[in-house]
Amino acid sequence: MIPGIGTLTQDTLWCFSQVKGTIEIGTTEADIISTVEFNHTGELLATGDKGGRVVIFQREQESKNQVHRRGEYNVYSTFQSHEPEFDYLKSLEIEEKINKIRWLPQQNAAYFLLSTNDKTVKLWKVSERDKRPEGYNLKDEEGRLRDPATITTLRVPVLRPMDLMVEATPRRVFANAHTYHINSISVNSDYETYMSADDLRINLWNFEITNQSFNIVDIKPANMEELTEVITAAEFHPHHCNTFVYSSSKGTIRLCDMRASALCDRHTKFFEEPEDPSNRSFFSEIISSISDVKFSHSGRYIMTRDYLTVKVWDLNMENRPIETYQVHDYLRSKLCSLYENDCIFDKFECVWNGSDSVIMTGSYNNFFRMFDRNTKRDVTLEASRENSKPRAILKPRKVCVGGKRRKDEISVDSLDFSKKILHTAWHPSENIIAVAATNNLYIFQDKVN
Amino acid sequence: LAGGPGCNVCYGLVEDTQEKEGILPERAEEAKLKAKYPSLGQKPGGSDFLMKRLQKGVWGIISYPLSLDVLLCVDKIEGETSYFDSGDYNMAKAKMKNKQLPSAGPDKNLVTGDHIPTPQDLPQRKSSLVTSKLAGGQVE
Repeated sequence: MIPGIGTLTQDTLWCFSQVKGTIEIGTTEADIISTVEFNHTGELLATGDKGGRVVIFQREQESKNQVHRRGEYNVYSTFQSHEPEFDYLKSLEIEEKINKIRWLPQQNAAYFLLSTNDKTVKLWKVSERDKRPEGYNLKDEEGRLRDPATITTLRVPVLRPMDLMVEATPRRVFANAHTYHINSISVNSDYETYMSADDLRINLWNFEITNQSFNIVDIKPANMEELTEVITAAEFHPHHCNTFVYSSSKGTIRLCDMRASALCDRHTKFFEEPEDPSNRSFFSEIISSISDVKFSHSGRYIMTRDYLTVKVWDLNMENRPIETYQVHDYLRSKLCSLYENDCIFDKFECVWNGSDSVIMTGSYNNFFRMFDRNTKRDVTLEASRENSKPRAILKPRKVCVGGKRRKDEISVDSLDFSKKILHTAWHPSENIIAVAATNNLYIFQDKVN
Repeated sequence: LAGGPGCNVCYGLVEDTQEKEGILPERAEEAKLKAKYPSLGQKPGGSDFLMKRLQKGVWGIISYPLSLDVLLCVDKIEGETSYFDSGDYNMAKAKMKNKQLPSAGPDKNLVTGDHIPTPQDLPQRKSSLVTSKLAGGQVE
């Protein structure tokens, strides 16, 4: 299997690798994972949770003894990124839940990431310390001050090795720039700027400057009664630092060019699939709301996720997507109850594999789906403790829509809607995926032959 | 519409309608929803929920216990219940903690504003030093 070339042929088998987190009856809300992201090399894997904490896993070096095992991910660092706040001026409760984490490309020995809650973006530096100075003149080895009268000689402190310590420090705090709730952050390819998007506005920041940001998109109507759509996600183009896209609750995507004007209220491209008006129902707008938008690594395509489908769009064609994949179309006959239990508002994310040939997204019952864009095959897999033996091959799952249920199939009515997979991540160059199932993080790899 | 072959036309129409509903399970679901909650507005299920989404986390609106039916008629609030002020909020949280409810969200039927909070009643500020269980933190 060539690394990075993922295909869902009959030969691709996904295996369980690791699971992080505990088995509990009644999950503590703080432990619910809210974001998962590999860094640019895939060496690090970061998770954020509802309790405002970030946990970073690092891949072990592959041992020469165990050729058949790929490097495992182990805890590298963990810290409290955001804390609950209360804005007294606006009577607004600010959750500490980490909405997104985005890594910066590595430029020196330290790692940098952006993490954001609803209101504040923070730049964290994660660095290693494996030496410490010893032999101070004025302090003894425990750090207590020495009586100057006892000091008769002068010495130069030396650096001695110590046990590796990984420290996370907040280097920048970008606050007070968003009236509404931040849903996305995206690092620009210039590595100097990034954007943060809330329901109605998008701001452009310079990493060095925390007390100012440029507003580049503002869709707030003068009269809020006229509000018809909100921004749901935004991302910079992977190579063109002047280009970004944002998606809306009406199922449209706008591409903007920052060279055109300072305020990008007028889009350069507008992507919308025409809807047959006779198909319209009460649910149409809700299920067309885009919950995630992602550029392909090539920069040629964008992928969007709405409630029932994943769509791939060619940047050169605005009037319809080039590919549409059904994630769980059987839910169409359940929309009434999904509206009643709020599941219809769940925001699923979607990801590309390293070569842009396979796309992945989550569903309910701890199922997640992969679609091969070339072979047009798709597979449904499940993240569960039952399939958690080391290197156990995951068996494809199938949902039975009606009529006769085969032995291994699950009927739509038996699906557990509280087990939702909203967040997944794909290693940038290998077939390793991270799947967040409520409070557990599963890592799967393809079978090494 | 009428006439000799009218019967066929009628059947055709009926069939068409049924077929259409078969093609559009959403319409059947919409009918179900409207049958349950007749006061659900005529406008598409998008606009009001947008406003509520923007209001997430905002206080200042007194919330009274509503019957479940009426609650479900209101367009979905994608967030937390509203409280009158910060004292009210903290009292409600303290009550919930004592009840030891499993998480999920605030109790929609919770009555608030029945007690003037004193500093002794307010819960301790939430501890932010509990390590994540993903990192091998304590299982509470």
